[in-house]
Amino acid sequence: MTTETILRVTGLRKQFGPVKALDGVSLEVRAGEIHSLLGENGAGKSTTIKCITGAYKADAGEVLLDGVAISPQSPREAEQLGIGTVYQEVNLLPNLSVVENIALGRMKTGFLGRIDWKHSRVRAKAALDKLGVSIDLDEKLSALPVALQQMVALARALDVDSKVLILDEPTASLDEKEVESLFQVMNRLRESGIGIVFITHFLEQVFRMSDRMTILRNGKYVATREAKGLSREALLQDMLGKAFEEMQGRPGNLNTFSEGLSGKENRLVVNGLGAPGKIKRLDLKLKPGEVVGLAGLLGSGRTECARLVFGIDGATGGSIELDGKAIRQGHPRTSIDEGIMLASEDRKTEGIFPNLTVRENMVVALQTRRGFFKPISKEEGDRIARKYIDAFKIKTSGPEAKISELSGGNQQKVLLARWLAAEPKALILDEPTRGIDIGARAEIEKLIESLSREGLSILMISSEMDEEVRCCHRVLILRDREVIGELSGDDVSESEIVKLIAAHA
Amino acid sequence: MSTVSKRNWRENPLIWPTAGLALVVAFNLFFGAEFFSISIQDGHLYGNLVDILSQGARVMLLSLGMTLVIATGGVDLSVGAVMAIAGALVAALVERAGLGFFVAFPAAMAVSMLLGVFNGSLVVFARIQPIIATLILMVAGRGVAQLITTSDVIIFEDPVLEFMGQGYLLGIPFSLWLVAAIFVGMVLLIRKTAIGLLIEAVGDNENASRFSGINASQLKLIVYGVCGLLAGLAGVLEAASLSAADPIKSGELRELDAIFAVVIGGTALTGGRFLLLGSILGAILLQALTVTLYNVGVPAAVAPVPKAIVIVAVCLLQAPRFRTQISKIVGLRRGK
Repeated sequence: MTTETILRVTGLRKQFGPVKALDGVSLEVRAGEIHSLLGENGAGKSTTIKCITGAYKADAGEVLLDGVAISPQSPREAEQLGIGTVYQEVNLLPNLSVVENIALGRMKTGFLGRIDWKHSRVRAKAALDKLGVSIDLDEKLSALPVALQQMVALARALDVDSKVLILDEPTASLDEKEVESLFQVMNRLRESGIGIVFITHFLEQVFRMSDRMTILRNGKYVATREAKGLSREALLQDMLGKAFEEMQGRPGNLNTFSEGLSGKENRLVVNGLGAPGKIKRLDLKLKPGEVVGLAGLLGSGRTECARLVFGIDGATGGSIELDGKAIRQGHPRTSIDEGIMLASEDRKTEGIFPNLTVRENMVVALQTRRGFFKPISKEEGDRIARKYIDAFKIKTSGPEAKISELSGGNQQKVLLARWLAAEPKALILDEPTRGIDIGARAEIEKLIESLSREGLSILMISSEMDEEVRCCHRVLILRDREVIGELSGDDVSESEIVKLIAAHA
Repeated sequence: MSTVSKRNWRENPLIWPTAGLALVVAFNLFFGAEFFSISIQDGHLYGNLVDILSQGARVMLLSLGMTLVIATGGVDLSVGAVMAIAGALVAALVERAGLGFFVAFPAAMAVSMLLGVFNGSLVVFARIQPIIATLILMVAGRGVAQLITTSDVIIFEDPVLEFMGQGYLLGIPFSLWLVAAIFVGMVLLIRKTAIGLLIEAVGDNENASRFSGINASQLKLIVYGVCGLLAGLAGVLEAASLSAADPIKSGELRELDAIFAVVIGGTALTGGRFLLLGSILGAILLQALTVTLYNVGVPAAVAPVPKAIVIVAVCLLQAPRFRTQISKIVGLRRGK
C-alpha cells in the first residue's frame, strides 16, 4: 500500500448565518485507502463533503488534490477533477437507461450536437467493468434493485479517471448481501489506488472496512486514527467528546423511585416488535411513571423503535399492549385514542402546523381523540393554551399567536403541551431537547421528572447521553438496529452506555 | 396598541376582496350610476346589484366547496362539468322520464356528491395529483352530460325548478336565500364541529396531521364530496334559471371563476387557513366586475382581459413579498 496523500483538506471553515457549521476541519486521504469520516449529528460530515465537491463554497480553507490546490465550483467540476461522489439517496434518473444515466452530462457530441452513443457505451461498460459488475446497459434504471442502482451511481462517479471517491452513507438502504457486494467493489477500488472517503453510521462497517478514520465533532476536527488497534471506547470518546472520567453518574432519587415501581402492573408492554431495515426486535416493559431511555448512536434504530411503537410505521411482527389490552398496530390514530403518543424528533415536518395558532397547535391531538363532533370550543382551547403557556413559561404574545413566530424551544414546548393535553398514558419523546437552548433544556428535563411522578410512562430518546442518564430509570442500548443491552439503577451512566455500545457483538 | 391593530388590519385577508369591491363600486359611481338603481316591480327587487348577487349565486356555491378542497391543499377542476351533469340529469329525469322534482333533484344531488367522492378517491387512494385527478372528470364530465341529454339542450317545465331558478321570496331571488342558507350552514358546521381545524391542519402540514392522528384521507373524501354536491346544486340552479339544460355551455369555465373567487378571498392555494366569507366576497367581486364591464360597453369577448388585470392586482396585494417591496418603494419616496 502506498502512503502518498492524494487529498489534503486543511482549515475548512463554513458559516451559515450565526451557525458555525465547520470550524477548522482537516482531512487527509491517501491513495489506496478507505478513510472513514465519523461524527454524530451536526458534526459537519456532510458540510465537509459539500465544501470539497464545490456544492458549498467554503469561507476559508484549502483543498489539495494530488498536491494541487483546487476549488471546484460544482460537484460536476469536482468530478472532472477526479473527485467522484455517491450520495445516500441514489440521485439518478429512474426512467432513463443505465447507459444514459452514466453518460448524462458528459456525452461526446458530434456534428450538430449529435450524441456519440457508441463512445458513451464503451465508457459506461469500462466503468462498470472496473467495479466488477455486469449490468445490461439498456435496462431502465428503475427496473434494477437498489444495490445495482447504487453500482450505476458508482460507475457514474468513476466514469472519469477518479482519484478520490466519496461515499456518503452508501449502505443505508442496502440489505446485508448487498452491503457485502458493495464492500467487494470498495476493496477492488482500494486496490486500484483510489482514495475512498467512507461515511456511515454503522460502527461495525467502519472497523471492518477502513484503514484510517477522521473524527469530527460540532464542526471541529478531533483526530485522525489508524483503524488497526483502535478500541471502540477510544473512538466513542472522540465522537462524543468526553473522557470516561468526565462522564456523569445519575441523581440518586431516580433509583429510589424505581424501587417503588416493582409492585406495579406494567403499563406498556412491547413484545418482539420488528420490521426489516428498521429494528430487529424490540422488547420493552414500562411501568406507570417509569422513564426508559433508548440510547445508541445515530442510525442505531432509536427513532425507528419510536415510530413502530406509535404505529406511524407498520411492524412486520410483534405485539403492543397497554394496560393489558392489545393495541392494533400501524394506526397512529388508534395509538392516540388508547393513550400512546409520540412527540416526533422532527419538529418542522412532523410536528408543527406553521400557519396555525399556538392554541390550535396545542388542542389538535386532543381534538382528534375526541372526534369530529365534540369540538373544543375556542374558550376551552384558550383555557388549555393559557394553562400550558403559564406552566411551561412559553414565550408568546398569547394563544392566538402563529406558532411559526415562536422560537424553536418554545415551539417544542407547545408540541409537548399538545401531547400532554391529549392525556397520554405512555408518551414517547424523541429528541425532546434538540435545537433548543440550555435553559429550556433544563426545564424540559424537570418537566419529565414531574410527569413521571404523576404516573406518566415515558420512553425517551436523546442524542445527549447525559440527558438520558439524568432522566431515565432504565436505559436500553441499541446498536446497528438491535437492542444489545439494558442498564438500570446505579449502572445507568454514560460510561456504561458507551462501553456497551462499544462492546463487540 | 395602535401598532398591533394596524398590523391586524393589514393582515386581515378579507381586506383585499373588500378593497377590490370598493374599487368597482367607486368606478361605477363615476361612470355608471345605473349600477346602483334598485327598483321594485311586482314586489320583487330589480337592478344591477340584485343581478350581481343572483347571477353570482352559482359561483358562490362553487367557491364554497372549492374553498374546502383548496384548504386541504387540493383543487377541483371538475366543478363546471359536474354542473353540466347535474343540470342535464335533473332535466332528463323531469322532462324525459317524467319523474317529479322530488325524485329528480335528490337523484341529481346524490350523483353530484358521488362524482365528488370519485375525485376524492383518485386523490386519496390512487394518489393522483388533484389537478390531474379532477381534470379527468372535467373533460369526461362534458361527455357524460351529453350522453344524458343525447347531445341536445333539454327544455323542461317544472314549477318547483322554475321557482328555484327564477322565483322570489320576500322580494329577493330564491337562489340567494339558498346560497345564504348553505353559507350559514357551512359556517355553523365548521364552528360547531372540529372539521374546520382538522381541514386546516391537513392543509397546513399533512405529515404532521398524520402524527396528530388525523385521518386525512377521510377528510379529503368528505371535502371533495361536498364540493361535488355544491357544484351539482349550482348546475341545477343554472338549468332552473333558464328552464333548460345545456350540456356544453352549462358551467363552462366556471371552475376557474370558483378558484379565482377562493384565491381573491384570501385562501392560499397551498392549503391551510381558509375563509368561506372571503370566497363569497371574491365571487361577488368577480360578478360585479363582469356586470360593470358589460355596463361600460366592453364587448363580452374582451371582458376577460380587464377581469384578469383586477385578479392579478388583488393577488399581488395579498402577497406579503410584493407588499414589502411596494412599502419599500413608498418608504424611499418619503425619504425614510
